Amino acid sequence: MTDSERRQLLHDLLQKQENGGLKPRDRYEIPPQDMPEQDPVVRAGNVNEVATGYTETHARIEALRCLGCKNAPCVNGCPVRIRIRDFVVEIAEGRYEQALSIIKENSLLPAVCGRVCPQENQCQLTCTVGKRFKDPTRAVSIGRLERFVADRDGRSESVPAVAAETGKKVAIVGSGPGGIVAAADTRRAGHEVTLFEAFHKPGGVMVYGIPEFRLPKAIVQNEIDTLAKMGVKIVCNFIVGKTRTVQQLLEEDGFDAAYIGVGAGLPNFMGIEGESLVGVYSANEYLTRANLMKAYGYGSCADTPIARSKAVAVVGGGNVAMDAARTALRLGAEKVYLVYRRTEKEMPARIEEVHHAKQEGIEFHILQSPKRILGDQNSQVTGVECLKYELGEPDDSGRRRPVAIEGSEFTIDLDTVIIAIGNKPNPLISQTMPELEITKWGTIVVNEETMATSVPGVFAGGDIVSGAATVILAMGQGRIAAAGINEYLAKKDK
Amino acid sequence: MSHRIVSKKQLSEDVFTAKVEAPLVAQARRPGQFVIISLNNEYAERIPLTIAGVDLREGTISLIWQRVGKTTAELSDLQPGDEIANVAGPLGNPTELEKFGTVVCVGGGIGLAPLLPIAEALKAIGNRIISIIGARNKELLILEEEFARTSDELIITTDDGSEPLAELCQAEPKPDKVFAIGPAIMMKFCCDVTRQFDVPTEVSLNTIMIDGTGMCGGCRIEFDGKAKFVCVDGPEFDGHKVNFDLMMKRLSAYKSAEQKEHERYKDHRCKVSEIKEKE
Repeated sequence: MTDSERRQLLHDLLQKQENGGLKPRDRYEIPPQDMPEQDPVVRAGNVNEVATGYTETHARIEALRCLGCKNAPCVNGCPVRIRIRDFVVEIAEGRYEQALSIIKENSLLPAVCGRVCPQENQCQLTCTVGKRFKDPTRAVSIGRLERFVADRDGRSESVPAVAAETGKKVAIVGSGPGGIVAAADTRRAGHEVTLFEAFHKPGGVMVYGIPEFRLPKAIVQNEIDTLAKMGVKIVCNFIVGKTRTVQQLLEEDGFDAAYIGVGAGLPNFMGIEGESLVGVYSANEYLTRANLMKAYGYGSCADTPIARSKAVAVVGGGNVAMDAARTALRLGAEKVYLVYRRTEKEMPARIEEVHHAKQEGIEFHILQSPKRILGDQNSQVTGVECLKYELGEPDDSGRRRPVAIEGSEFTIDLDTVIIAIGNKPNPLISQTMPELEITKWGTIVVNEETMATSVPGVFAGGDIVSGAATVILAMGQGRIAAAGINEYLAKKDK
Repeated sequence: MSHRIVSKKQLSEDVFTAKVEAPLVAQARRPGQFVIISLNNEYAERIPLTIAGVDLREGTISLIWQRVGKTTAELSDLQPGDEIANVAGPLGNPTELEKFGTVVCVGGGIGLAPLLPIAEALKAIGNRIISIIGARNKELLILEEEFARTSDELIITTDDGSEPLAELCQAEPKPDKVFAIGPAIMMKFCCDVTRQFDVPTEVSLNTIMIDGTGMCGGCRIEFDGKAKFVCVDGPEFDGHKVNFDLMMKRLSAYKSAEQKEHERYKDHRCKVSEIKEKE
């Protein structure tokens, strides 16, 4: 559809709506609006955002696809229960500010979540329009609409109101999405809030993990700036458990409560031969070098080097694997293989990112997994020996279990291997807090109503509680924990 | 938080030491631990440096570094009053200090910096300390006086220290423990010697690091056949179980790129000083 056809369509739809309204049948006929994006060939050579976002015309047409269901099933699919139907209707009417304020009742990072949420498994999974087409990708594009209104607000200087000072001090440990929400919510309640971050930049996975081409860092910085304007103190290079322990914060430094939102940042390795060869990276290392340290600028501006690879295999099928593979391509690799032991259907990555990866020329090797990594006399990776797999019975996760086919070994020649098979919780804090109850997986045990841990005054949320999950779930838990902290501190008064 | 350089001294041609403001790090630090520093927020790299000492009253930590590449060259050009943008720590596990009996401390080159606080702490709890200190040549030897003060016996050498170590291990009674810190090749040779005599040997490893908090595995080594992260499992390990050959290969992964960057920085610095002279 050309721009002028699109404008004409919107004009016609709005007219029809005035003359007696759009019937569900009419709405079903409106074509889903794709988001404009950079050409795959061009974008593989840059780190700029791939999807450039809806125009007003796109957004209003897409919003008119919403049936305005009375029971709004989409809302139940959203982990923080944004009033989706109501904000979408506002967009259809062209009232973008109202739409945004509805979103902001429940979500503090709409520009982030609109971009990185797996909507096809959340709000868009339960959308009636998608159900009718039996395809969540044809549901109303709620994420893109959320992003559209959030981006329009990018330049606004509005700072959330803060209640009168309570004289209580809250320590937020970790500045990822959960920490940002917990900091904002406890600060709004009037507490003195300090956000501690181990890295030299706040934002957690949003700055070191998710690449610029999916989530521009300026958006994350904008949210951090808002926190600072609200009066949240941000302290970087502070490793809780090392620089100070949680007990020291509570007992010596005058904090009345703490929120632990340190994520699950410890990379899993496969434990196979050759995993410590030169040229084998965890996805965390590869992405941290590329994103946080800007290693793609090595040789011109950045000091942190990264492998300049010809052929790369990324092992895994999640979003982190897609991010690593697409980053390798942007760093000039001629061949990038994605090696995954199940099929595309079981891949946990977002459909949109899988689609983008394929468009950019990432080669998918499904039902395969490395058996060992091969190297030369300099310990430099030369290849990876893989086994072929087939799918067996469903496992605990409900996905069919991959079973190796005996004698199916074959070798792929390459010079870099990136392992993206998941992360586990970092034990830095639990090691220094023996009284903190943790599970055998190292996640922190909480009361789900308040996110309170076994230690009085200490709350936790996000991946350190649930294991590696999503930005929006971390935010949801950050919000519950903040409410828990606010209530705890109100009682502490008496 | 400001990390002002309070004082700075050149110890040898390429080795410098500085006291840097970092009161929280100073307070929490134990011997054997390190910091990660970077010189600016956007494009600088993060590098690990051992904390060679602290001054709690001043709230400073002492860093010692050797000028080997771009970042350490840039650091060497900073002057008292200048600031280091980021100092994170203390990181890694502290040295396990025990009364072993006779302890041989073998240090090579810049490894003498992390070795000194360990030797001092071991001495303070009643160990007999024999130090073997060395460097590529006499001019590069640092901290000689400090080691002389701390040690019951001091041996100065210009090789990797394995020869005098072998002599000590042959004597009766043999030493109870060896701490070896220096270039990977030196630690490897020391471990080869002590393994023969079955003398437990602790090494402090200096791998490539990025975050220093366990979240990337860039610093991983092969220890007893398994992967270990130097930043959180170490930096100290039983040297007899470390795969030094693989570790050295991993250390040189970015060598040619690093050399290029260093050359470029030296060029740039020459031009800057030319301009300054003209002015």
